[in-house]
Amino acid sequence: MFQQARWDEPVVFKLGSKGRRGCNLPCVEAEVSKLTSHVLHELPKKMKRNKPPSLPELSEVEVVRHFTRLSQMNYGVDLGFYPLGSCTMKYNPKINDLLAGASGIAELHPNQDESTVQGVLEILYTLSCWLAEITGTAEVSLQPSAGAHGELLGALIMRACHKFNGDAEKRTELIVPDSAHGTNPASGTMAGFRIVIVPSNKNGCVDLRALKAAVSERTAGLMLTNPNTLGIFEEDIAEIAETVHEAGGLLYYDGANLNAILGKIRPGDMGFDIVHINIHKTFGTPHGGGGPGAGPIGVSKELAKFLPVPQIAYDPKRKHYFLDYNRPESIGKIRSFYGNVAVLIRAYTYILSLGGEGLEEAAEISVLNANYLVKRLKEVRGFELPYAERRPRKHECVFSAKRLFKETGVRAIDVAKRILDYGMHAPTTYFPLIVEEALMIEPTESVEKEELDRFVDVLKRISSEAHSNPDLLKNAPHNAAVTRLDEAKASHPKTMALSWRMHQKRNVIKSATY
Amino acid sequence: MMQKMGIKSVDELYADVPKRFQLKRRLNLPKPTSEHQVKEHVEAFLRKNKSRRDIPVFLGAGCWPHHVPAAVDNLIQRTEFLTSYTPYQPEISQGMLQAMFEYQSVICELTAMDVANSSLYDWASALGEAVRMAVRINNRIDVIVPKIIHPERYATLQTYVEPLKLHIKSVGYNSETGLLDVENLKHQVSEKTTAVYIENPSYLGLVETQVEEIAEITHDKRALFIVGVDPTSLGILRPPGEYGADIVVGEGQPLGNHLNYGGPLLGLFACRGEMELIRQMPGRVIGMTTTLKGDKTGFCMALQTREQHIRRERATSNICTNEALCALASTAYLALLGPQGLRELGEIIMMRTQYAMQQLAKIKGLKTPLFSAPHFKEFTVNFDKTGKTVRTIHEALLKQYGIHGGKNISKEFPELGETTLYCVTEVHSKTNIDQLAQALRNILRRKG
Repeated sequence: MFQQARWDEPVVFKLGSKGRRGCNLPCVEAEVSKLTSHVLHELPKKMKRNKPPSLPELSEVEVVRHFTRLSQMNYGVDLGFYPLGSCTMKYNPKINDLLAGASGIAELHPNQDESTVQGVLEILYTLSCWLAEITGTAEVSLQPSAGAHGELLGALIMRACHKFNGDAEKRTELIVPDSAHGTNPASGTMAGFRIVIVPSNKNGCVDLRALKAAVSERTAGLMLTNPNTLGIFEEDIAEIAETVHEAGGLLYYDGANLNAILGKIRPGDMGFDIVHINIHKTFGTPHGGGGPGAGPIGVSKELAKFLPVPQIAYDPKRKHYFLDYNRPESIGKIRSFYGNVAVLIRAYTYILSLGGEGLEEAAEISVLNANYLVKRLKEVRGFELPYAERRPRKHECVFSAKRLFKETGVRAIDVAKRILDYGMHAPTTYFPLIVEEALMIEPTESVEKEELDRFVDVLKRISSEAHSNPDLLKNAPHNAAVTRLDEAKASHPKTMALSWRMHQKRNVIKSATY
Repeated sequence: MMQKMGIKSVDELYADVPKRFQLKRRLNLPKPTSEHQVKEHVEAFLRKNKSRRDIPVFLGAGCWPHHVPAAVDNLIQRTEFLTSYTPYQPEISQGMLQAMFEYQSVICELTAMDVANSSLYDWASALGEAVRMAVRINNRIDVIVPKIIHPERYATLQTYVEPLKLHIKSVGYNSETGLLDVENLKHQVSEKTTAVYIENPSYLGLVETQVEEIAEITHDKRALFIVGVDPTSLGILRPPGEYGADIVVGEGQPLGNHLNYGGPLLGLFACRGEMELIRQMPGRVIGMTTTLKGDKTGFCMALQTREQHIRRERATSNICTNEALCALASTAYLALLGPQGLRELGEIIMMRTQYAMQQLAKIKGLKTPLFSAPHFKEFTVNFDKTGKTVRTIHEALLKQYGIHGGKNISKEFPELGETTLYCVTEVHSKTNIDQLAQALRNILRRKG
């Protein structure tokens, strides 16, 4: 059985020893020092730091060992199956990391003269054209740093468009299905909209009648992911688009689930006006334990003028790539510079490697894998597939452990924790909100059949463990770096310790380790 | 597999997609390419770029060239970190969670604040989030920012607060020192002010010295005091937590992260420890806890009820994916430098900057710096009296001398004339600076 490393590694502040250093800096030349050291004394006293920051004091080897040990207590795609629903944890090809780390990218300053950065500009320009082709949109901005950042930008573009049409005061409502990712309503609120929720129908799709009742002259737009968070394709998409457009609203595509439809269906063709792309999901860039990602957005021709500045452009006459700031209707900036370039380069390399055929194949295999799991997991006692049981899923499927809970008292979270014991990452749990005891499973295309079968076997064993020894699951995990954590304690005002400084001040977290 | 599923072709799995939406052609993209060809192709593009490895580059302005220790580069390539997702399952993600807790902790030590989040996208968006947080706390309608501010941060702030219909007011600067015009600030602050924001060091590299007065003026009207920092200055400069900052934002890129043509960056965000503030913080926060059994310390996401996946439309922010790996790099970087190293770094930067200003100031017709306040890392160079434009001088430097000069800020601050912003750090040697001075001297000596 799997056993994760357990290092009992102290917090970095407890390591090392006073005066120790892990890094030398270049010396200031004697002449420079002679001429300039007075500035250090001339710094006004009230602006000098008189107490050095309490940073750790470690040698290089201590730092390396500390973080290497920590890494061994972290589970990544390179270690095994990672079916985290809606997160598209596919394999991250190593060639992409290798090329992104080259000094021709890593050491470029964003304000360099355009003549010195033609290579990177051409890559970014080409990537934006490819992403427009993949999404069926007219123009792409590479700037958003993450999917949610793309959503915010998209919602702000909706706002800018209605303002441009003199409608902004009126169009204050953004419609979001009850099955939507949490970022959708949060992004809409940040952009100043009131969120209107439409329910799902018995097939897990947008209830068309409810949508028709929800739209009005107040509608700014609808945010939708298709396939939706149940992995089901919204078959009424034509009517949905028509309904929203007829009401004068815009249609926003949440690209978290784009992997299922690469080269098969394009959001722009379905009537979406704004599309974001999660580069770190669909285009195989590593997620880095939470980021950096990249969340470019593509928009229709009518909306292109609102994209943030600068756009990367090409002047065929001068054969010159450049940063175009001359866009008077632009919404402005949403961050500094041009986007998460080191992430975007990897996406360029990924698309170049796979080509159009490869992307389509990736989509097909991801869908095949998800449906294979649908078929096989139905064999497992206690697990059911809610909503439209006979319809194929796309990239992911959502099972409910409601029956298992009724029969054994074991909940979806217990199942998830027990999966960890078998050396796999758990699916997304308790999402979407419209499924009780939800386990949202996205296998991606980067997994062999044997691994899928192994996952099914694991769930079968867990189901039988739930019936024979429910406590084993309720106390899981047993084989991870730590046993189940008290998450409530971390958030309670009385026991909260959000930094080492806060912990030392309050000293409320007590355990055997420290 | 298909046999087991009872299908003959994958197309059956797409049969529920209306025909009119099924793409009838292949995407117009390149053909699949072998790894060898991909490598050659991309490397050929990268050779067209000239990086600071090829020529000296004196650019900063929000993204700064520094040495990244090999150990930092190596540690963030550990694939257990690199290929993991957001730590939704804490028991199997202790490594990243502990590292993020340590990151938050070192940012608190640097800034002298109580709580930090585990990163936002960059300084600019962190500023946008900080002002939105201030509005959530006091529900007021003005925010005051300095006139000397990075224009991209200003523009990002505008975008972030536009939906709130907030008024952004700018406070001018003293034309001699370049520091904030405190009298002007007094006039502008009122009961409507949600927050006062300053940058220290400022966009033009000036160390603000009137911090206590600014804090007092701000707090007199019960507004929040937000300070933006370049963290490499905090080994020698007084931390904002010691002069009354309520929220600190900044750019973590210079702490162990490469330039990467401007992204990813690392948005720093820290605040005081009152619950009133903590509850309104944007972004992910990692907390220390114990196992349910209580036998062991561990780490997990804390206060998730502020976040979008729980709170949805009532979340404090929509942020989800952040810059965790860059935060990890910064933690390792600070652990390598320690307090002594960080202090030394600040001193080297300050001395080198001073040296560069001294050498350039000797050149006839050239004025540097424009302001008298102390400088850190960046300084202004004005060419008004040389009869040449910034553009001409820049091109001559680049094309004839293979040196990339500073950032042209003539359009950003027209009142400063033909001015550039130069950046000097520990990576710019005396030789680099002397070469720059010599090249400028030669260029300016020439007529026309």
